[in-house]
Amino acid sequence: MNAPGTGNANARVRERLLWLALVMFGFAFAMVPLYRVFCDITGINRDEAQVLAINTQVDTSRLVLVQLLANVEDAAQWRLNAPAAAIPAHPGELIQVDFELENLADRAVSGHAVASYAPAVAARYFRKIECFCFREQHLAARERRVLPVMFVLDRQIPPDLGVVTLSYAFFRQVKT
Amino acid sequence: MNPSMDTPMDKPLTDPHDAGHHAAPAGLWRWLTTTNHKDIGSLYLWFAAAMFLIGGLMAMVIRAELFQPGLQVVQPDLFNQLTTLHGLIMIFGVIMPAFTGFANWQIPLMIGAPDMAFPRMNNWSFWLLPVAATFLIGSLFLPGGAVSGGWTMYPPLYLQGGISYDLTIFAIHIMGASSIMGAINIITTILNLRAPGMRMMKMPMFVWTWLITAYLLIAVMPVLAGAVTMLLADRNFGTHFFDAAGGGDPVLFQHIFWFFGHPEVYILILPAFGIVSTVIPTFARKPLFGYRSMVYATASIAILSFIVWGHHMFTVGMPAGMQLFFMYATMLIAVPTGVKVFNWVVTLWKGSISFETAMLFALAFVFLFTIGGFSGLVLAMVPVDVQLQDTYYVVAHFHYVLVTGALFSIFAGLYYWLPKWTGHMIDERWGRWHFWLSAISVNVLFFPMHFLGLAGMPRRIPDYALQFADFNRIASLGGFVFGASQILLLVVIVKCIRGGEPAPARAWDGAEGLEWTLTSPPPYHSFAKPPEVR
Amino acid sequence: MKLGRASVAAWLVSLTNASRAEYGFDLPQPQSSVAQTAYDLHVIVLWVCLIIFAVVFGAMFYALFKHRRSLGHAAHPFHESTTVEVIWTLVPILILVGLAWPATQAVLAQKDTGNPDLTVKVTGYQWKWEYDYLQEGVRYMSNIATPRAQIDNQAAKGEHYLLEVDEPLVVPVGKKVRVLLTSNDVIHAWWVPALGVKQDAIPGFIRDTWFRADGVGTFRGQCAELCGVNHAFMPIVVEVKSPDDYQTWLADKKQRLVAAQAAGASAADKTWSDAELRARGEQVYLANCAACHQPDGQGIPNVFPALGGSKVVTGPAGNHLMVVLNGRPGTAMAAFKEQLDDLELAAVVSYQRTAWGNAGGTVQPAAVKAMRQ
Repeated sequence: MNAPGTGNANARVRERLLWLALVMFGFAFAMVPLYRVFCDITGINRDEAQVLAINTQVDTSRLVLVQLLANVEDAAQWRLNAPAAAIPAHPGELIQVDFELENLADRAVSGHAVASYAPAVAARYFRKIECFCFREQHLAARERRVLPVMFVLDRQIPPDLGVVTLSYAFFRQVKT
Repeated sequence: MNPSMDTPMDKPLTDPHDAGHHAAPAGLWRWLTTTNHKDIGSLYLWFAAAMFLIGGLMAMVIRAELFQPGLQVVQPDLFNQLTTLHGLIMIFGVIMPAFTGFANWQIPLMIGAPDMAFPRMNNWSFWLLPVAATFLIGSLFLPGGAVSGGWTMYPPLYLQGGISYDLTIFAIHIMGASSIMGAINIITTILNLRAPGMRMMKMPMFVWTWLITAYLLIAVMPVLAGAVTMLLADRNFGTHFFDAAGGGDPVLFQHIFWFFGHPEVYILILPAFGIVSTVIPTFARKPLFGYRSMVYATASIAILSFIVWGHHMFTVGMPAGMQLFFMYATMLIAVPTGVKVFNWVVTLWKGSISFETAMLFALAFVFLFTIGGFSGLVLAMVPVDVQLQDTYYVVAHFHYVLVTGALFSIFAGLYYWLPKWTGHMIDERWGRWHFWLSAISVNVLFFPMHFLGLAGMPRRIPDYALQFADFNRIASLGGFVFGASQILLLVVIVKCIRGGEPAPARAWDGAEGLEWTLTSPPPYHSFAKPPEVR
Repeated sequence: MKLGRASVAAWLVSLTNASRAEYGFDLPQPQSSVAQTAYDLHVIVLWVCLIIFAVVFGAMFYALFKHRRSLGHAAHPFHESTTVEVIWTLVPILILVGLAWPATQAVLAQKDTGNPDLTVKVTGYQWKWEYDYLQEGVRYMSNIATPRAQIDNQAAKGEHYLLEVDEPLVVPVGKKVRVLLTSNDVIHAWWVPALGVKQDAIPGFIRDTWFRADGVGTFRGQCAELCGVNHAFMPIVVEVKSPDDYQTWLADKKQRLVAAQAAGASAADKTWSDAELRARGEQVYLANCAACHQPDGQGIPNVFPALGGSKVVTGPAGNHLMVVLNGRPGTAMAAFKEQLDDLELAAVVSYQRTAWGNAGGTVQPAAVKAMRQ
């Protein structure tokens, strides 16, 4: 080990290990998009429009109760109303529900909604064609707006999912 | 050690004018500038001891508050600060630096190297620690007090705090950098500086466990750094990694944190396995049973530790499939861990056993760590974990693993190697008192917590319902005795440094390994000429 | 399994002092199938652990007593046996498979929130719970009911110290109750041990879990995820009633809510005296504000601001009211607009402005109503 090469060998090992550390630091950040992809695959927190399968037959043999929830983070600024506490839907049937968003403030505000499903597996069977959660909402002072949501419940939805919940949490736009 | 050899080894970081360190400067300057692995090892150990005192005092206040229902000693806000700091200090300030101290002292001695591969970086990685500790503990005195969101730092709660939260993130960055540098040093030393004939599969178990631990450190400390960097950005730079309002998800933080956090658990316990695997054969006067399977078990525990993080989050509401995956993976870890325990027991079998203090702590480790392992198996079962998650059962579990596990192995290691380091045998009588008081009180302290958790007491609360009062009082009493017993440890260490029966080169008749071929204490520069290993 | 449970229970009973019926060593007596499965599983794992423990440490202690140097035992330096090592790798794997099987069944059952009879949405706030019976339009807050004086040791502690609330969650017996969870601020966890339910409440997202209570009774739990300074003080109480009693309660509750709303509306139009406002305000303050700002209005230095002498409280009433209505985003100060009615808001603001040496005037409910518009 007294050979003159040892110092270089040590530096080489150190360099490799530093790279490993750097890669792992990057990995922590890579987990952000990875988590999104993972959620997309498992269906948790899915927020993009779904391609509608061409072959949509309605399964009239059963009904799924879809509960609609609306939450606002800042109750003083906004009011978000679900059209009903729950609506029945046949798997495969195209459903439209109109949420209502109202700006209670005297100035224009922007915000957006985050969709969430319970039980988590239910997300996999929601095919949303139109949703206000796809984009930012800008409301003028005291404006009231109807926000349609169009979705189809996948016919693959297991029979034991008799009640599913579609929940929206509305957040005021945060400064970036 | 000869300077011409030191310089090229250290080249990338070294000032060319500063070559060797033949005449060690005296006093404070010596300790600030030292690049000697023995000095730095001692620094790490003294630092750990100081932090143990501070973190321990916090635990005493916590137990005093929990002595009876109602708020008596501290208000909830300070209580939360104390539990948070207690966790951070004990993990990053006590267990990790103490093991690094052992690594610094022992690894070069055990593999026949003259020093660590990068002595100057070694100095750096130590001196970062007191800086980080100052930030962490100093934040107690800032407006708003120290961090109080738990050592796990979950957002959005963590986003609500004040300046000390940013300071804590900074402290964690510094400690992470220190750990990574230390780990690089250890890996390079083990890979490149082994004496001729010291093949990998001949290395002492302690060296093996540290090699694997160091790889874990390099793999996960950057992940923690990334997670807290994201927190820092969310707090100060308007990003929304963990904020649903900006399209983030608070649960994402938990995934990243525990991706670090579970391997971290093994960072805290693998070196303990190494120490115990050294001490037990010595006092059983038999070679370690199943050396190879021990190495493989350690490696498989390390690998498995990357795929079990979800078991810390069984109640966040993950899909059943994920729960099952993490449950199976977690249960699987019981297999290599079991192999280790079986190996230790069979190492004792038909030995010629004697009970020096080091051995007593090692045996207590095997016995009590296994209790922590069993409660870990109980917690691995998702439906049971749903009941026990975030209760005192979990507190009992990880204190069995980290106090009677990691900490007891550190005690065992100290009693075992102090004669080598100081040249004096320890005072076994005081040591035995320290052992028996600690071993009994630690069980009085932590065993009732299993019952508290089962009966429904959540963790991290300063006040509790009346049906938890009796066990809490017992636990607090055990805690006070355990805390006071540690004064004995200090007495033993100081006595051993100042004098005592001179230790022979081979301080224990059953001890094997290169370190015992050197005088006690070893020369300041040992193995300048590499030893020959048969 | 049943036998195991019975014998463990018997053993526990023999250990437990009869005078302390409530005093627990073990998981609480299960009151739902989910809790029962968890309980049974725990008993199985515990027995498996105890048996392995006895075997392994029996061997270890035998060696420690018989194979010691002081008895002159000489070491036999064997250190390898592939057979033994293979056996003790395989046997634990088999045991684990045996444990994983019932655990898997239990996980799947626990996750099955389908076909509920009743859905309740539970929202966590710092530091209280809100219950919303979705099908019924019944929604209310549930606050800790333990008086501050008991916590501060100025009064004797009651039987259900820290585990009592003003308005419990009420559910019918034998019905599958699906619990939808979310949070308004930080992560909380809703936990009732006897019912075997624990689920984190995550801001911005919805999670669900379920239970079916086997018998009537009152079951208590606590928030299980650290959620800030008053984490220890947000208990959960679930009252399980017979279907008839539940219906009665529901009808009564609806009536009370409507009455309260009507009272609130008429109260808003009435002019109240200063004394009336202050008296009412003190009650509202102690229930909603004192946890942070403290009963004496002095807050906790650097954590929760003092209200006595505060710039906001002694400043213009409009600003003060605005803060109470809308909260302070990014801090623990919540918006009370939706939680309190006009009279309560006016009263609490009036109380704050006139207590602890503050010399402001009172505020009438009409002013609050105007500001809401």
